[in-house]
Amino acid sequence: MLTSERRTKTLTAVLMIAPFVITYLTVFAYPVYKMFALSFTDAPLIGDGRWIGFANYLKLLNQKLFFTSVWNTGYFVLLTVVPNTLVGLGLALMVVRLKGWLQSLVLVLFFLPYILPVSVVTQIWEWVLDQQFGIARYVIELFTGRRISVFRDPIWAMPMVALVTVWWTNGFNLLLFIAGLRNIPADYYEAAMLDGATRWQCFRRITWPLIWPVTALVLTLQLILQLKIFDQVYLMTEGGPFNSTYVLLQLVYREAFRLNHGGLGSAVAVFLFLIIVTVSVLQYQLLRVRGR
Amino acid sequence: MQRKSVGNILLLVLTLCVACMWAFPLYWAVVTSIKPEQEVVTKTTFIPDVFNFSAYYFALFETNLASWYVNSLVTSITVTVVVILISVMCAYALSQIVFPGRRLLYGIILASFMVPSQALVVSQFVLMYRFGLINTWGGIILPQLIVPVVVIVYKQFFDSVPKELREAAKLDGCGDFQILFRLYLPLNWGITTALAIITYIMAWNAFLWPFLVTNSEEMMTVTVGITQVDDAFGVKYARDMAVAILAALPVALAYLLFQKRVTQALMLSSGIKG
Repeated sequence: MLTSERRTKTLTAVLMIAPFVITYLTVFAYPVYKMFALSFTDAPLIGDGRWIGFANYLKLLNQKLFFTSVWNTGYFVLLTVVPNTLVGLGLALMVVRLKGWLQSLVLVLFFLPYILPVSVVTQIWEWVLDQQFGIARYVIELFTGRRISVFRDPIWAMPMVALVTVWWTNGFNLLLFIAGLRNIPADYYEAAMLDGATRWQCFRRITWPLIWPVTALVLTLQLILQLKIFDQVYLMTEGGPFNSTYVLLQLVYREAFRLNHGGLGSAVAVFLFLIIVTVSVLQYQLLRVRGR
Repeated sequence: MQRKSVGNILLLVLTLCVACMWAFPLYWAVVTSIKPEQEVVTKTTFIPDVFNFSAYYFALFETNLASWYVNSLVTSITVTVVVILISVMCAYALSQIVFPGRRLLYGIILASFMVPSQALVVSQFVLMYRFGLINTWGGIILPQLIVPVVVIVYKQFFDSVPKELREAAKLDGCGDFQILFRLYLPLNWGITTALAIITYIMAWNAFLWPFLVTNSEEMMTVTVGITQVDDAFGVKYARDMAVAILAALPVALAYLLFQKRVTQALMLSSGIKG
């Protein structure tokens, strides 16, 4: 009696998890395995290859473009992660002071870019930053005294991609910070003001320490997200000029899809995969330690 | 208790200025799209001299936008429905039914949260090729179906439904499928809408995978297709902006209509209760 009831239970459970588990094994787990397997072969994109051990990885170590990509990915992360977090906090501090419909309106203005497709974002900014007719040329001229084709200039290209990225992705950080700020009890500020604290003191002694958990969360989420940079770079600069914006995921794309080196492309993918998983595990540990 | 006066007003003005600057590129895109191509490159006008919709006419009738729209709608709606369905069933089983391997499965799903799907594109492409799904809706859809966070969020919500409810339904002779679809899902309707909307937005916005798996222009999604327009016709900014605005419309509307839900879903998926 009891065992048959348990059997029915298990059967129901299996029926319920089956669609997810089967899909998971096919389009997720198997590709993870296949990525590792391919990286040890000389396979083209489509078709079989021979087992060549670590030769692909050794090849990468001798490839200049690989180091350029690692460097550029790091540079992009540097240009986006901390700035994007600070901008998010700054904007959130502004938005929470507002009330009613005004707050909703301002929030929409700040948040809207986040839900746009990446290609829409890059099209808009290519127009805004157009060397000849773009509206931003006035600003650029004001500061540099000349017109610059920002996506064709090795110095300007990456910072501009980073700027566009901050504009595009900041809405998410903003939401997290607003939620965090709303959780800080208002009495803290009232008490501080009674004691005659300045705005800066309030921020330094109350807001900053209490918002820190959210800041740490945003920083790590940003780090993981920005390591995966590809779309914006590909659409705005295609990695140029002179590879000054070439990034890791683009190297995966180039080796596997352009040059038909499925094996070598997978090796780069494995490298990126390992970095991101390491960062994620560290983040998880950090969050757990803090949760205690 | 507020410090009134000059400081506050200055801050308010500053906030409004920053907000307007932030949204300016969007405004500029809209304004550009309703100017004649001539005015776009000859004058800097913040309000067009004449309203001209020829760029939209071009976008709608002289590009493949219509077929891209169909592709995007079909694939993102399918992704949304299937993701919600398979995740909700899996989450219910994980939350309510005791079966062997349940902890292990949940552990694996939690861990999958960390796997960057972008790193899998090469092997997923090989797989889709084997299935004969390159350049098809199926090829675009399949790899987007695993969203571990949806399972995790649903499980957390189901965990907090009072156990007595399920017991009572059981006594009334309901099976687990009935309990899920008649009781648990309606009880958590809010979170379902939130997750569905965000999944739809993410699927509509997906770029890398649809870009890799489609190579004929007719099969592209909107997000990928619009990058083809300037290649084919040379740079015409009013047209580019009209195309971009039409491409963004379905997600912008989804957000504006369901702001609260979008916010809630984003909070939940980052581990903050909304």
